Amino acid sequence: MELFTNQVLAGIATGAIYACMALAVVMIYQAIDHLNFAQGEMAMFSTFISWQLMQWGIPYWAAFIVTLALSFVAGIAIERILFKPLAKAPVLTNVAGFIALFAIINSSAGLIWDFTIKQYPTPFGSAPFLGSQLISTHQAGMIGVTVLLLLGLYFFFQYTRIGLAMRAAASVPESARLVGINTSWMIALGWGMATAIGAIAGMLIAPVVFLEPNMMGGVLIYGFAAAVLGGLTSPFGAVVGGFLVGIFENLAGTYIPGVGNELKLPIALALIISVLVVKPAGLFGRHIVKRV
Amino acid sequence: MLFGRTLRTIALATAAATLTSGAALAQKKYDTGASDTEIKIGNIMPYSGPASAYGIIGKTEDAYFKMINDKGGINGRKINFVTYDDAYSPPKAVEQVRKLVESDEVLAVFNPLGTPSNSAIQKYLNAKKIPQLFVATGATKWNDPKNFPWTIGWQPSYQSEAQIYAKWLLKEKPDAKIAILYQNDDFGKDYLKGTKDGLGAKASSMVILEESYEVSEPSIDGHIVKIKAANPDVLLIYATPKFAAQTIKKTAELSWKPLQILTNVSISVGSVMKPAGFEASQGVLSAAYAKDSTDPQWNNDPGMKKWNEFVDKYMPGADKTDTAMVYGYGAASTLAKVLEMCGDDLTRANLMKQAASLKDFAPDTLLPGVKINTSATDFAPIAQLQMQRFKGEKWELFGEIISGDVPTE
Amino acid sequence: MSAAEDVVTEAPAVEAVPKRAMTLGTGTSLVVLAALLIAPVFVKNFIIFQMTMLLIYGLAVLALNILTGGSGQFSLGQSAFYAVGAYTTAVLMEHFNINYALTLPIAGVVCFGFGFLFGQPALRLSGVYLALATFALATAMPQLLKLNFLEHWTGGVQGLVVTKPDAPFGLPMSQDMWLYYFTLVVVIAIYIFSVNLLRSRSGRAFMAIRDNEIAASAMGVDVALYKTLAFGVSAAITGIAGSLGAIAVQFVAPDSYTITLAISLFLGMVVGGVGWLPGSIIGAAFIIFVPNMAEGISKGLSGAVFGVLLFLVIYLVPHGARQVAILGQQLAGKLRKN
Repeated sequence: MELFTNQVLAGIATGAIYACMALAVVMIYQAIDHLNFAQGEMAMFSTFISWQLMQWGIPYWAAFIVTLALSFVAGIAIERILFKPLAKAPVLTNVAGFIALFAIINSSAGLIWDFTIKQYPTPFGSAPFLGSQLISTHQAGMIGVTVLLLLGLYFFFQYTRIGLAMRAAASVPESARLVGINTSWMIALGWGMATAIGAIAGMLIAPVVFLEPNMMGGVLIYGFAAAVLGGLTSPFGAVVGGFLVGIFENLAGTYIPGVGNELKLPIALALIISVLVVKPAGLFGRHIVKRV
Repeated sequence: MLFGRTLRTIALATAAATLTSGAALAQKKYDTGASDTEIKIGNIMPYSGPASAYGIIGKTEDAYFKMINDKGGINGRKINFVTYDDAYSPPKAVEQVRKLVESDEVLAVFNPLGTPSNSAIQKYLNAKKIPQLFVATGATKWNDPKNFPWTIGWQPSYQSEAQIYAKWLLKEKPDAKIAILYQNDDFGKDYLKGTKDGLGAKASSMVILEESYEVSEPSIDGHIVKIKAANPDVLLIYATPKFAAQTIKKTAELSWKPLQILTNVSISVGSVMKPAGFEASQGVLSAAYAKDSTDPQWNNDPGMKKWNEFVDKYMPGADKTDTAMVYGYGAASTLAKVLEMCGDDLTRANLMKQAASLKDFAPDTLLPGVKINTSATDFAPIAQLQMQRFKGEKWELFGEIISGDVPTE
Repeated sequence: MSAAEDVVTEAPAVEAVPKRAMTLGTGTSLVVLAALLIAPVFVKNFIIFQMTMLLIYGLAVLALNILTGGSGQFSLGQSAFYAVGAYTTAVLMEHFNINYALTLPIAGVVCFGFGFLFGQPALRLSGVYLALATFALATAMPQLLKLNFLEHWTGGVQGLVVTKPDAPFGLPMSQDMWLYYFTLVVVIAIYIFSVNLLRSRSGRAFMAIRDNEIAASAMGVDVALYKTLAFGVSAAITGIAGSLGAIAVQFVAPDSYTITLAISLFLGMVVGGVGWLPGSIIGAAFIIFVPNMAEGISKGLSGAVFGVLLFLVIYLVPHGARQVAILGQQLAGKLRKN
């Protein structure tokens, strides 16, 4: 029983990583209606920028804010320069564009900062949290930040004009244009916000997994899985999905005899697919009815 | 994955001597890839893809041969080092090696990296009788001169290193309850096998848990929690640097203090022990054959001074904590030594013969006492290691230099 | 979020490509065929090997094209089928001493079954969900190949070495050249089969599903059957490509069939033109040669150079090589009128 509780707690701690990334995934999905394969790399690059700022002697929180601002601007710039010209191209061509962006960012980061792992500071410390050694204060802080972000996003999409406009622009672009929403800029704004959220995710994840150019590869797969499980249209679902994936993965690795440990990722993914077969829009996603 | 670490170069001092004595004796003989002015050497490295961290080895070797050429080359011939990216993909490795052999027409393929890539090209190179020199992987199978006379290893094999740990445990902690954390690939599995072979009959009673992880996992905290629950008192960490650092850090966060033994692949002070935290790293055991570039005890070591000068001049701006640069320097200097021994007989057969005739060669970057020896029946150049313990901010060597040759099955 | 259901008129993910536009004219086909037949006589073995790989990847891209361009289903998991084909051949050749040529149909059948089964749960998924499911399959495959209890057959993490066949009947040609012609025959046979498949009743059913699933089912197309069938056929062809790849490379290992391969095949399809079968070979050329070019330009930044080149291609021709072919056709048409 103690092992079970421990694995659940450890799963929550790891799940916080996935939840954070899943939020960024949902954000971009809300804005552009598909997944951005380069999102993890963009988050990694932002994290490196904040690391570089700290190396130059800028204090943590200042570096944090500056990185957020830079990431926001960079996200908008990437959309305007690289993807706006592809707006009329087929979806699959856009996906190829994401893959190209992935290659460019990963390779540049490797050249600029090398591939050796780097220590990344945490503002929350890494002492045991509430007496539990399984969750450190950093991980608790991470969960806290994720929840704050979630609340922020909820209010943004539910109650602000711009948030509503953004949702409209993504789901029914033609009607949105008719009511005077500048859909093109809504997409750019979505890119900016998703990049900034990705930067937060990266800066929170780095103290746990260490900073290096390939650090987000695995995280992004889990982030996608979590977002899809929870429902790509629901920030709340994404966060719940993240924790569920983290917990389930640990339990599969511990309790499924024989292949459980070797195959915990495939087993977790298979479970997600089974959930999708039953609930195609994810646990908390809106069901979308297609018009013929 | 792949590798170990370091070595390097006394070759230059002796170069002048052999030039005068050897040149007059032998008649000039060449195979494809060698001439009066040039020796063409091929190499493949993962400059892109999942193992791109190791690409720096190829860059170091390239820089090393530039240095050699600036100093006049080897026996008057310049080294033309052609290196291609295989992205750590075996099919790509085959394509690139065939390009090196059939299109670039190199004399030999040197230090190709990774067990999968080397396995993919081994049969082809042996069929064509082209030397596959000093491969950058610690699998045991490269020491097999009978079946693969054109393939030779370089670093100590993973299995022999694991056996050293096993024997140490049998002697020092015969009642240990051992947990093994290993990477689920050829690298991790070789260590697992070596450990069990070394423990022999006691393996089943001493090893209480074998836990594997995948490189694609972002964090391996869950595995550590599971291992701790089994309550072992020895933890063997057969993981690549990032995961090794995570393991050491996590065990400390759990206030858990097993005796930790760490693979030689991940002993870099700068890129493992420091990120994991020096406090958390105290008392960790490992074994080494090369000097650590960030360890202050080598500050006045003549060999490491040469290495530092080389890096400053030929790789300015490079991250000196990266052990791959010590490795590349050592491997390249071994090749330089062999080419110099070849004199004017630059045939592939002679190159292989000389590579198998190294006697007590000690590159700049190897630990004092560790020497390279090869023979017609021994294709494992580095077979010695010394145990070490992490104390303060550096490794402290202890015990004898141990030879750990594992015969190929 | 609100519980209200959104009603969306969804544009088809894949553009409709009329079936005639999916192939080449007879004249062009013959010219390409002649070039493929004669070329090896004039080049080195290494180039022949590269051309063999080109045909093999071309075949794998073609298989994806049938799935995506034909039936509108998206897959990032083709590397899994490729791996199953490759391992089937390697295991049959090395453990059972079965002739390499005979392993191809077996690999095809095994992969057809595998693809057909995988198509079942995939039926309920579309768009990003299907992308994730196939992506999961591609990620899982190397781990499955490493499993301990399969190690006796698969060689585990160490992989298996495959023996390259000599030319039969004492034909005076190198192993590479023989394998090239052997591959060429297989590829042409499958290409002709694919073209006919897409022109057949099944092909029309695929395209009806691609263009509008609901309308297709209203017209009496058994959507579930044809969707899984498309998966099965695509997997079978990919598996045969994998078999040929294993023989050409002479080695199989889990590291050969990672998600990177699936992504490459996907890029090959986009660059060649989704739904245009002849584009597959152009796409394959892109994924084989452009990384080499990128490396030639800058070793440290080869990934970045590759990304930039890929961006250039999709800016210039967002519809891939098909767009170039259509332009060429129009140009030729104009010239003829003049």
